[in-house]
Amino acid sequence: MAYTNISGEKMVRVDMISEDLLASMTSAEKIRMILDGVIEGKILVLERGLMPEEEAKLIEATMVEISPEFVGIEIESYPAKERRSLMDRLFGRTKSQARLTVIGSPNQLKTIKKDRGLITALISEV
Amino acid sequence: MGMWSSLRGRFSLWVGKIFGRRSVKIGIYGPPNVGKTTLANRIIRDWAGEDVGVVSDIPHETRRVKRRKDVKINVDRSSIKLDIVDTPGLATKIDFRDFLSYGLEEEEAKKRAKEAAEGVIESIRWLDDLDGVLLVMDATEDPYTQVNITVIGNMEARRLPMLIVSNKIDLPTASPVKIIEAFPQHTVVPISALKGNNMDTLYDGIYEHFR
Ligand SMILES: Nc1nc2c(ncn2[C@@H]2O[C@H](COP(=O)(O)OP(=O)(O)OP(=O)(O)O)[C@@H](O)[C@H]2O)c(=O)[nH]1
Ligand SMILES: [Mg+2]
Repeated sequence: MAYTNISGEKMVRVDMISEDLLASMTSAEKIRMILDGVIEGKILVLERGLMPEEEAKLIEATMVEISPEFVGIEIESYPAKERRSLMDRLFGRTKSQARLTVIGSPNQLKTIKKDRGLITALISEV
Repeated sequence: MGMWSSLRGRFSLWVGKIFGRRSVKIGIYGPPNVGKTTLANRIIRDWAGEDVGVVSDIPHETRRVKRRKDVKINVDRSSIKLDIVDTPGLATKIDFRDFLSYGLEEEEAKKRAKEAAEGVIESIRWLDDLDGVLLVMDATEDPYTQVNITVIGNMEARRLPMLIVSNKIDLPTASPVKIIEAFPQHTVVPISALKGNNMDTLYDGIYEHFR
């Protein structure tokens, strides 16, 4: 599903979800929000990634929805080694959540390139 | 909680060893088509002389978890008894159209996609019942995928041992170095499950990590 602007041009909607909003949500709420968003055709950018257990639950919930119409999700996040920030080191934390995670439909997110500190999402024409 | 369950896990593993009957449950995980069943078959053939599952170049061949109990592996003068759990390939997307190019009819492809999705759910649920994981990656592909990250994250969160298996090193484009660089905090064992290359190193690694 695509969005159109006033002139009738097709557009992709990208929702940025802040760390604060994510922190206020339960795992079940986050997973529902992500899946509903992707099903609606949105691309979601999470400021803080999910916990490993949440990632597994998200994959499970995605698989429940798989059908000829809904083929699943594409997720990309930062490498683990880049995830250990200065704060993590200061506080002696070994595991922290990914900094930025991009989620969308596999058809829309054709390629996501990851480079040091930068994620480039190549969004296919809608 | 995590600490307690980890201690409890260790304790039961230790009790099992004293009485010499408890097998260590090892899950073979990874994306579709990386060679999980080929590896399970090789381990079981090497130590128990039989095959477990069907191998195919069509992704999502394994769609139900299969466990082969009590496979005894001898390393030096010691041994370890394993339950080998071959799992359906994990994925975040499954499109029945991808199966059409392998010559499947549309109905068959749709059925396979549905079963594959159920298989992924079963694989994820099995993570709760394992003592360790062999995470298999295809050394000719980019290792930095969500599926690999999710499996690693879950094993770390559960404090369970894991070995990364860099498979298909017999292929000319294989690059096990990429896998080692992507996950420097983990042990990576390059093998060819198909040809049987470097299996002794893997058995040593299994003994060291999972006993
Ligand atoms: N060249 C090469 N091919 C391999 C190797 N291991 C497996 N394969 C091939 O890769 C394909 C997939 O192997 P499987 O063992 O079915 O893979 P799987 O991970 O169990 O796949 P799913 O059950 O679909 O998740 C088959 O064509 C195998 O012959 C290897 O070490 N080298
Ligand atoms: Mg298989």
